[in-house]
Amino acid sequence: MDDDERDVVAALRRGDEATFRRLIERYRPGMLWVARRYVRDRATAEEVVQETWLAVIQGIDRFEERSSFKTWLFRILANRAKTRGQREGRSVPFSALDDPDSEQHAVDPDRFLSSGPRAGWWSSPPAPWGIPEDHLAIRELLDCIRMTIDDLPPRQRTVIALRDIDGWSADEVSDALEISDGNQRVLLHRARSKVRMTCGPDHDGGGA
Amino acid sequence: MRLRRELTCRELVELVTDYFEGALPARVRRRFERHIGKCDGCTAYLEQMRVTIELTSRLRTEDVPSEALEPLLVAFRDWHADGA
Repeated sequence: MDDDERDVVAALRRGDEATFRRLIERYRPGMLWVARRYVRDRATAEEVVQETWLAVIQGIDRFEERSSFKTWLFRILANRAKTRGQREGRSVPFSALDDPDSEQHAVDPDRFLSSGPRAGWWSSPPAPWGIPEDHLAIRELLDCIRMTIDDLPPRQRTVIALRDIDGWSADEVSDALEISDGNQRVLLHRARSKVRMTCGPDHDGGGA
Repeated sequence: MRLRRELTCRELVELVTDYFEGALPARVRRRFERHIGKCDGCTAYLEQMRVTIELTSRLRTEDVPSEALEPLLVAFRDWHADGA
């Protein structure tokens, strides 16, 4: 633990409400994404997050500071979310889409030449994509991205949300989700590719 | 070593995240960059992925709603009041 974290733990122990509030603000978004990987819906994820904070209040005196506060927090969360998911009869979601070992394409294979000396090169190359200036156009894009992420398989959704929305590092994400670095990258790659494909200019519906 | 054939566009698009993450072995990274250097399609593709990441990062994480925050602060206060 670094000093900053030691301060946080000490402040929680002596009942410093401002610190507690700041921690909730900092970690709640990521906690929701992680919880949603295990449970049926967002409402249940919110309940699990609330329960986790209550467990933190009651458990902070027993926290042994061998791990970081964040690791400890997310371990409590993941355990609770898993238990909750099992009780819901939801085995840990695992579709082929969400399996890093299954083969998937970042780009529709039809976009590449299948034969000839340039096999594997673009048959219809992607168009440049700039970020639009127009406020409304940006809003539409962001709505598209939000909906696409929401529809992703759970692990992909969690990884892209933590990395690209909440700004976590690769290590933090693999840690919290208990996956390897390689799998973390595969899931991130699929998620980003899907967002690009769905909302980018190569798609009929979206883009600038 | 010149024996290796060139990376195709179809192969390159699968390496983009590893490239951004600095996870490509040096040898593959050089092939990746050599391909990008002469392929407009893949240059545009790489740019599209950068835009995707940039736009995604603009999705704000929402503020904590007070229905969630308030009960926790109350519980925190009560716990420490009891313990005192």
